[in-house]
Amino acid sequence: MLAQEIYEKLKAEFGDAIIEFKQEPFFDPFVQVAPEKLFDISLYLRDTPELDFDYLSLLGGMDYKENLGVVYHLYSIKLKHSFILKVTVSKDNPVVPSVERIWRSADWHEREAYDMFGIRFEGHHNLIRILCPYDWEGFPLRKDYVQPDEYHGMKVPY
Amino acid sequence: MSETKRIEFEYSQIDSERMRLNVGPQHPSTHGVLRLEVELDGEIVTEVVPHIGYLHRCFEKHCEKMTYPQVIPYIDRMDYISAMNNEWPYVMGIEKLMGIEIPEKVEYIRLIFAELNRIANHQIAIATFGLDAGAFTPFLYLFRDREFILSIFEKASGGRLLYNYFWVGGLAADVHKEFKQDVLAIVKQVRETNKEIADLLLYNKIFIERVANVGILPADVAINYGCSGPVVRGSGLAFDLRKDAPYSFYDRFDFDVITGHGEVGTVGDCFDRNIVRFHEMEQSCRIIEQAIEQMPMEGDVREKLPKKIRPPKGEIYTKAENPKGELGFYIVSNGTDKPERIKSRGTSFVNLSVLPEISKGYLFADLIMILGSIDIVLGEVDR
Repeated sequence: MLAQEIYEKLKAEFGDAIIEFKQEPFFDPFVQVAPEKLFDISLYLRDTPELDFDYLSLLGGMDYKENLGVVYHLYSIKLKHSFILKVTVSKDNPVVPSVERIWRSADWHEREAYDMFGIRFEGHHNLIRILCPYDWEGFPLRKDYVQPDEYHGMKVPY
Repeated sequence: MSETKRIEFEYSQIDSERMRLNVGPQHPSTHGVLRLEVELDGEIVTEVVPHIGYLHRCFEKHCEKMTYPQVIPYIDRMDYISAMNNEWPYVMGIEKLMGIEIPEKVEYIRLIFAELNRIANHQIAIATFGLDAGAFTPFLYLFRDREFILSIFEKASGGRLLYNYFWVGGLAADVHKEFKQDVLAIVKQVRETNKEIADLLLYNKIFIERVANVGILPADVAINYGCSGPVVRGSGLAFDLRKDAPYSFYDRFDFDVITGHGEVGTVGDCFDRNIVRFHEMEQSCRIIEQAIEQMPMEGDVREKLPKKIRPPKGEIYTKAENPKGELGFYIVSNGTDKPERIKSRGTSFVNLSVLPEISKGYLFADLIMILGSIDIVLGEVDR
């Protein structure tokens, strides 16, 4: 199914929660959704037979300078089509509902996004750092991140 | 003479307190610096908590400071066993963004090298899996064969492990004159050794007893965990991006997608994941033979190299079938010569996340086999 058709289906089902649909050259078409409705939209995308997005390829945090975002790349193994969801949240209170209960692969991806960007996923069963040490401070992939001088007495910049 | 003391007890009434055991970060069978926190009830695994990040070098942060071609050597270091395959989706993504047409010869060389690297990767996977089970000889045979493949890579790129060979718009250097004969000789050698490996290791009674019915991963669980590559194909699901979302010239070749079907045990056990890799080597050989036949030898591999790599503002997600599964790069370009963000979908990172699910309830010794059957490379898990 084409991204345009999926967007129309979502728009009919969720209305205002679907903020915009963007189809431009050099961009894979994507749909921007409201973070509050993300869980329901994801569940709908997975459980509707003609959409059947059972496979979460990639979940990645983003830093859009004024706010943070999360990008979801979905794929359907049976129907062989893909789709992109995006949410944006403010830097002051970056909370996104967790989709870990829908796609278990989101578990580690969400922990990574939390580790790198400080995006908190509400409903995640174990949201702790994954790649950085557990007591690391700051979120390295944010654009305004300042590297600490030392970590437990070890010099960080090499 | 003192009387022998016998302790009378019934096994079922032992109050065995659960024990937490730390495995790693440097156990020889963990395939790298992975730490597993294992909870055991006697010898039975009740919980596994992987702790990763020991090799973390913030690849994605580095990328933001590098120009596009400078990122390629970093990508080599992700899955350092199949570096050729790693570079491919990345350069493919930038070429798509910039609209560069690739000469046919370049595409064929890329494809042949990717398939050769797939064979080399599976050789290591099977060899180390055998090593986990205590089979040392097949390890030596397979590593000997891998040397031939590496020598071809060395002739082309100068590197044996990390190549920096696929460049945006072309290749770093042309292949040598006797390339076709050399590759065909390797294919012949791989097939000969594989026959031996099948007798020596894969269908050995001792080995089968060790891996059959261990670490069973049902297909629906595999999809839900985002597994790809031999891990999901071992569960009987024919999910292969070379067939499902054909890129490059894969639609021109005749090859089969190998799936596990519970040959000696249950579908989706360690044996199935391993045998899928074994048969995939044969399929790669078939692809290589067809590609060698079709490949033109004339032409310059560097003629389409752009002077300045500055993709237009945009974003793209490209994926390719790595030996370990789906490797994807989400490239966000802001119109300058440095990427705004590169997010990689590390195959091993996703595949490893299924380990706690499939190792519960098995013996501790089986946990090592299950980990070996997933075939992870920590360079890619930690990035």
